[in-house]
Order: sequence, then C-alpha cells, then structure tokens
Amino acid sequence: MRTRYYERDAFPPAVAELRRAYRVFVPVRRGDFHAFAEWDDSVRPDFDYRKTRVPPKGLVFPQSERLLVFSTDERDPEHDILREAPKDFPPQAVVGIRPYDAMAFRVLEVNFDTPEVRDPWWLRRREATTLIGLARADEDATMFRTENYAGPFDERGLDVIVYDLGRGYLAKALGEKGEAALAAMGGDEPAADALREVEERIARAATPELPAGRLRAQPAAPELPTGRLRAQPVVPLFEAEFWDEVAAPCLNCGVCTFLCPTCWCFDIQDEVRKQEGDRIRNWDSCMFPLYTLHASGHNPRGKKTQRVRNRFMHKLKYYLDKYDRGVMCVGCGRCVEACPVNIDIREVAARMNGFGEQVERHDR
Amino acid sequence: MTDYTDRLRAAARRLLGEGRVDCFIGYRRGSLPLAAQPAILTRAEQADSLIWDPSCGMNLAHYAVGRADRIGIVATGCVSRSLVALALENQVARERLYIVGVPCTGMLDAGALRRRFPGREAAAAAYEGPRVTIAFADGNEELAVAENLARPCRTCAHPNPVVADEMLGEPVASPAVPAVPEEAAAAEARSAAERWAYFCEAFAHCIRCYACRNACPLCYCPTCFVDESRPQWVGKSSDPTDTRTFHFLRALHLAGRCTDCGACERACPLDIPVRHLTSRLNAEAKAIYGFEAGLDLEERPLLDRYRPEDLNDFFK
Repeated sequence: MRTRYYERDAFPPAVAELRRAYRVFVPVRRGDFHAFAEWDDSVRPDFDYRKTRVPPKGLVFPQSERLLVFSTDERDPEHDILREAPKDFPPQAVVGIRPYDAMAFRVLEVNFDTPEVRDPWWLRRREATTLIGLARADEDATMFRTENYAGPFDERGLDVIVYDLGRGYLAKALGEKGEAALAAMGGDEPAADALREVEERIARAATPELPAGRLRAQPAAPELPTGRLRAQPVVPLFEAEFWDEVAAPCLNCGVCTFLCPTCWCFDIQDEVRKQEGDRIRNWDSCMFPLYTLHASGHNPRGKKTQRVRNRFMHKLKYYLDKYDRGVMCVGCGRCVEACPVNIDIREVAARMNGFGEQVERHDR
Repeated sequence: MTDYTDRLRAAARRLLGEGRVDCFIGYRRGSLPLAAQPAILTRAEQADSLIWDPSCGMNLAHYAVGRADRIGIVATGCVSRSLVALALENQVARERLYIVGVPCTGMLDAGALRRRFPGREAAAAAYEGPRVTIAFADGNEELAVAENLARPCRTCAHPNPVVADEMLGEPVASPAVPAVPEEAAAAEARSAAERWAYFCEAFAHCIRCYACRNACPLCYCPTCFVDESRPQWVGKSSDPTDTRTFHFLRALHLAGRCTDCGACERACPLDIPVRHLTSRLNAEAKAIYGFEAGLDLEERPLLDRYRPEDLNDFFK
C-alpha cells in the first residue's frame, strides 16, 4: 500500500494535481457552514472543517437528476418514447470526505446495487468516484458510533485515508483507485515517526477519553444502543406505545431525511416544457404524507406517528433484519443537530433497544 | 425568566390534576445544551418535566391545531398571537384552550451562539436571571440573553400574551421597536434588481425540506400546494424556479396572517432568512391597513374583512 507524507502547506497543491485527471470536490466554507463544492478557481478548500451541513451523498446521488427524456410532439416519429438522458460520468475525487460520510455510500449500495436491480446512474457515478478521506479525532457531541462507523479513523468506506497530524498529512492508499489517486498527488515517503504517530492517534481514538473537567450531557461518541434490536420481534416493537410519545413533538418536516447521508428514497416525476419532457428523479422524504399517497387516495401512513415510526424502524430494525449489515446509520449526528424540536435518534434507539424490558418512563 | 419553571409546573399539575384540561403543551429539557423539546403532557405527575428558560423558542401553537380535547398551553406573546390567529380561522376553539401566559423577555438564538464560538462546543447551559452560562471544554462563557436573542425577538413589539386565562407573572414593558423590522427596512433601501439578486442568492441553497412550512403554526392546510399532485402546481426538482415559487407562495399565503414568531427561520437547517419575506408583508399590512395579525379575537383577519376606508386606489 502506497503511503505519502505532505507538509501542511504542501497538501492543497498536491490535491490540486488531481484536477488534471479528476473533477475534484473539496469542503468549502459557505456562510456559516461547510459544503462540498467543485474545486475551481472561485473556491478555496478548507480541510480544517468538521462536518458539512448537507452530506456529500449528492455527489453520487444528486437531489435532482434527469434520467430520461422524451418528446410529446406527435409529428416526431419517436414521440412518447423514453430515451436515456445524455450525460457522462467523468472521474471525480471527493477530497476531505469524513469516514462516516464515506461509509454512508456502503450503506446505500444495498439499495442501488442488488442482485435483481442495478441502478445504472448511481453505479456509474459511484464507480467514477474516488473517496479521499480526512481522518482526525474531532467528533462532536451529536456524533456516535454504529456498526457502520467505527470512529474517526474508520477506513472501510475510503479509497485513500489522509491522517491529519497537525504539522502535515499522512495519506495511505486503500485499493486500486486509491493507488492511482495517490500516484497523481505525488508527495514523499513518510518518515518513521509520522507512521508511529498515526498508530498512536488510532489507539487513542479507540478509547475516547474526556479532557479533564469537561462537562458533557453525552459522553463523546458513545455507541448507538442497538445490541438487542436484532432479537426484538418486529410486530410488538411496531405496535409499541412509545411511538406516540416519540412522534409528539415532530413537525414532520424533512430535515432529518434530507440531511441524512444514508437516506436513499426518491420520487420520479415527469416535467414537460412545450413538447420536450424530462423524467427526473428527486430525493423524497418518508416524513411527507405524499410519499405514501396511493393513486386511489388511500394513504397507508397518513398519520404523523406512522411516518416517524417508519423512519426509525427502517433505519434501526428493517435494514438490520433485511441486509444483516448493521443499522442504517453512520452516526454523523446531523439529524440530532438540525432537528428543530430536538428529536434525538440516540434516545429513540435506546427506547427501541430497551423495549420489553422494565424501563423507567422517559421523562427527562 | 427561569423563575417561571416552578409556577409553570404548579399550573400544569393543577390543571391536569383537576381535570380542567386533557393535555398540557409545554417544553421539556432537550438532549442538547441550548435545546428544549415541545412536550404534550397528559398526566399531572409529568408536570415536573416541564421547563421554562430562554431555549423555549419553538412555537407551541402548532401542537394545538387538529386536537379535539381540552388543551392547556403555555404561551408567550407570539404563541398567544398564533393561537388568536388560529382561533379566528377556526383551527382551534378558544373555549377548549386554557392559556397559561408568560411575559417574555426573548428567546436565545442557539444557532447564532454556536456560530459565535466556532470550533467550540457547548457542553451544558445554565440560566440565571437575564444571563446564560455556557460550559465549554475549555471554560465557561457568561452572556446576556438580551444580547443574543433570536432575530424575531429583537424586534418583538408584543412580548406579553395578548390573551391568557392566567398569567405566571407581571407583564413586561413592551420595548420600543421600529415600525418596520430591520430586515424589511434593509430590503426597502434596495432597488428591485438588487432585491431580486439578494433573494436568489439567499434562497439558493434551499433543499426543499419544507421545515419552514411545517414549523409554521399558520401553515395547516391538509394538503399544501407543493404536495398537490393533481394538478401539480409546482415542480418537485431542485430547479431554482420551483424553489423560488415555493418561497413566494409560502410567504404570500401568510400575508395578513403571519404573527412573526420566527418558527420558520428557527427550523431552517440551512439558515436561510425565510422570515424576510413575511416580515416585509407584515410591514405592508401595518403600513396600509394598520393591521397586525393575532392581536384581537374580535377582529376578523385582514384578508377576510372590508372597510370603506381601505386602500382602494386600484379601482380605476
């Protein structure tokens, strides 16, 4: 495995080398928060960022994507025939993605790459994407660990992992894509002390310790309580009384789903301008009543509680049962942070996990 | 302000215990510092989970809509105004509401506080009179609540409940506020082209999660125009035209109805200044008709009444 070392100031120019062969996406500051943007001459990367407000899932799964085109002009011999929208999938490198956001693509793949159905657009874009991750122990209090996020040095979802050592960066390739990217970035062989420092940082992060005197409502990055969920029979959990209480404050906005790196649901819409039509795929949200509205007018999840329950059951129970790949959550904490009414997935997971045990009522 | 917690708990305990109400809508402690969570209590023994402090900002009137039972609810000036507006539009029944009023000195802007201390993370917050102490890993910061208010609270002209069945304290003095809110005034100074450019830029990052709409107590339509599929009024993609259409229409649907509680802005995950549009409309309603929504249970909503002296120079 190729490893390379870059002094702090030498890292951005090394990343810039990638622009010769890739479209390069980097974290940039946008107002009060960060977002991934294509690195062109109008933006400046900020590799000291912690978390983007909106996850980078849109780089593989855009919020709106034109899939097919058609003509409604009856004089056109091919009218009303759907053709694939022309587009290309140039190689792209996402530099500075955090390990949780990279793992989210592994969580998403079970939906887009199945034995029965292989989503051509998601797959082509995924194959064209190289994930160059930024590893630094700076988890915030809304974050937590799950089977799909082992901590800030989790390399499972990445092609290259870049350890931030303060004075410089140590990059390690994790497969063919990573080897190619790192070769393009140049850099020096790392010195032995830099390699040793990486080992030390990884060891420290495995057992997070709180700085002395630090007050916390939550310990830093605790595990999401899910250990008993697999054994929970699904029907009693579905019918549990606590869902009404969990859902009571919910406004049924879509913040939690739109900011979730592992939410994959979409809706398909046709839009026609004059006589040219587009078939477009848009992110959808299970928090919206329209999401489950049938053509008959019936809505199987017409009530707020049903929708809130479905979101948590899908993430923490159905996904777990169906795919046996852990829960559908990478612990980024965006939903915890952005929920306008402070619904906290850690508290909901604790209720689901503890369901059936004699537990105290959860009045804080 | 914190002193109201005990009185609030006592009121909720009494109302639920005596069967005066079937539920009580208030706030409980959130899981994060600087966060409070709306809570709907149904038993007197839950009363001690209620809190009252400057993190109790999300408008509770939302939770009173669509309930058929007798509701107890804690209300500041803006919550009470929303309840009045909802009662006038037949979305809540005044006789089934028991309003516990709190004179309000303003709520914190938690987002602004996070931005004020970039890279530092609040571990806990404690409120003492007009001050809040935020504990960070590297030491405490003590701040005046009044200097860190949420935007609508900074120009609030109605801090006291406009209607209440009991009050938890003496009314506070209404601060002198500009007739036109700062945001609306800033927009006035711009040319139409500048306003358009500002609008396009400010709303460019909207992700159409509709949190602004859902947080608004006055947005109660069973099916919002953006969710209509037959016919479909607005496109569902992230096309800027559709996003702008949504924001225009959302604001216009609130003309003469918005009570400027700021729930929309509070809920936005991308800090989009969605309130600019409604505050501009509010300023217009006040300037042209002398009308402010939700002040009087006897006064019909602005778009639901006609007076001979109304502005009528559009009749040609």
